[in-house]
Amino acid sequence: MKQAEVRQEKTSISFKNKKSYILDRVMPILLFLCAAVSIVTTIGIVYTLMSETIGFFRKIPVFDFLFGTKWSPLIAPKSFGILPLLSGTMLITVIACVFAIPVGLACAIYLSEYAPTKVRKIVKPILEVLAGVPTIVYGYFALTFVTPMIRMIFPSTGVFNALSAGLVVGIMIIPMVSSLSEDAMQAVPKSLRNGAFALGATRFEVALKVVVPAAFSGIVSSSVLAFSRAIGETMIVAVAAGATPKLSFNPLESIQTMTGYIVQVSLGDTPHGSIEYGTIYAVGMTLFVITLLLNILALYVARRFREEY
Amino acid sequence: MNTLIDIKNLNLYYGTYHALKDVSLTIPEKAVTAFIGPSGCGKSTLLRTLNRMNDMIAGTKIDGRVEITGTDIYSNEVDVETLRKKVGMVFQQPNPFPKSIYDNIAYGPRLHGIRNKQKLDEIVEQSLRQAVLWEEVKDFLKRSAFSLSGGQQQRLCIARALAVNPDILLMDEATSALDPISTLKIEELVQELKDRYTIVMVTHNMHQAARVSDQTVFFLNGEVVEFSETEQLFSNPTDQRTEDYITGRFG
Ligand SMILES: Nc1ncnc2c1ncn2[C@@H]1O[C@H](COP(=O)(O)OP(=O)(O)OP(=O)(O)O)[C@@H](O)[C@H]1O
Ligand SMILES: [Mg+2]
Repeated sequence: MKQAEVRQEKTSISFKNKKSYILDRVMPILLFLCAAVSIVTTIGIVYTLMSETIGFFRKIPVFDFLFGTKWSPLIAPKSFGILPLLSGTMLITVIACVFAIPVGLACAIYLSEYAPTKVRKIVKPILEVLAGVPTIVYGYFALTFVTPMIRMIFPSTGVFNALSAGLVVGIMIIPMVSSLSEDAMQAVPKSLRNGAFALGATRFEVALKVVVPAAFSGIVSSSVLAFSRAIGETMIVAVAAGATPKLSFNPLESIQTMTGYIVQVSLGDTPHGSIEYGTIYAVGMTLFVITLLLNILALYVARRFREEY
Repeated sequence: MNTLIDIKNLNLYYGTYHALKDVSLTIPEKAVTAFIGPSGCGKSTLLRTLNRMNDMIAGTKIDGRVEITGTDIYSNEVDVETLRKKVGMVFQQPNPFPKSIYDNIAYGPRLHGIRNKQKLDEIVEQSLRQAVLWEEVKDFLKRSAFSLSGGQQQRLCIARALAVNPDILLMDEATSALDPISTLKIEELVQELKDRYTIVMVTHNMHQAARVSDQTVFFLNGEVVEFSETEQLFSNPTDQRTEDYITGRFG
């Protein structure tokens, strides 16, 4: 009789908590809704882009668009070859990356392998602030500071030119390269560095032959991301590179990029629904596909070259 | 036995913390010297002064002398990289590079300018043989070093250290992360290597020190308490603190 009573007490412990129960039910739903909003928006954007692009290609053959060497959609004789815009974009991007990737990597190596902790703690946030400067500011920096400098060296350079815009796009993506690469280098365990130091490696050899290979996947994916950021950059090129679609690889001339063209048409008085207006969707789609492919490439590279440690 | 390393009145500070207090010690050539003592007494710190790995730690200050064959390794004319090439080190945790077995061993020789493939092959084989790992890995040298077991990785790290042809080998608790069988293998290896190398090892395992070392140094709070032949130190310690420590009556 007495024993049964004791047992009764033991089983009466309550493990229920009404408050946390409701919260646990509601929170996942709320969070899911937030995630859903961004997914739905993305789908909406892609859908608009697709349908408008398909509409455009009903009127203009895909082949003419992809392989045409003349881009003149607004002025007769009209021509819809995207290659000049593509070459302009590539020119800017290549200039930017050739400049930014080595410099960004050097920054990352300095910060991760040489800089005392104090210096790193100060410099890294400053670099990241650079990434937050509005790109229009960079655009004017290119036009009013870099271009005059280039014209001092090459007097024949146009007021609008690819070199100035490319270099400044490069300056803009340096923080991205260096910050992401530095994160990857910091993730390399100290014990690996010590192993190399103990074999008589210099700091430079440790950085180049141990840290960089071990962080390689992170470095490559940061570079690919920076590359796709450069491709998509708009304000700097709209301000400093000019608006002359040209199948040319001369960096001292004015060119036009895909993004620059989209801005030009969006701001102009081209009537909605016309072929001319459709071009910006086709160009936007091209941009979207290229960036998407690059991001997939970055993911693939990050997996493929992962050195495990 | 000839003295190879001569430590004279060495003091080391981590910032304001006095980690080594007036350490004086001689380490004989081609023998095994063991450092024992409770955790935090400065064994690793002293070991790192011998190849100047402490240089890497910000805020360390050193005074006193560490002479190797008569040269003070802290003097200006000493090239740290050459010193580290001559004084190899094996760490507590195996730390192979994320590369193949072959490239791990070849890393050091390549660093010091050996490019000849045949010569590298030779060094790789010879180092792996010395570390008693060759038979286990000879058929898959191209495989990642991470595919090896912990004990094999540690022997790989020993082979990697031997590949640059050092004179001295420092081992900081090199067996503490290993199982008894791997530990035994490495102890046997140390016995074999001492014909050619001067070995300084840190260990927490008193039996290990007794089994493999010729000389033993007992540390306490950054000071050398006792230093003598291993047999003598374990069977007949002169200092009461040493006796307390080795009989487990410490603290
Ligand atoms: N990088 C460092 N910065 C500051 N103090 C340190 C540093 N490394 C070691 N110390 C201090 O120096 C003392 C000696 O450390 P050390 O690593 O040499 O001890 P140990 O005898 O090897 O101990 P264990 O047996 O636990 O490895 C300890 O009190 C430790 O806290
Ligand atoms: Mg230690």
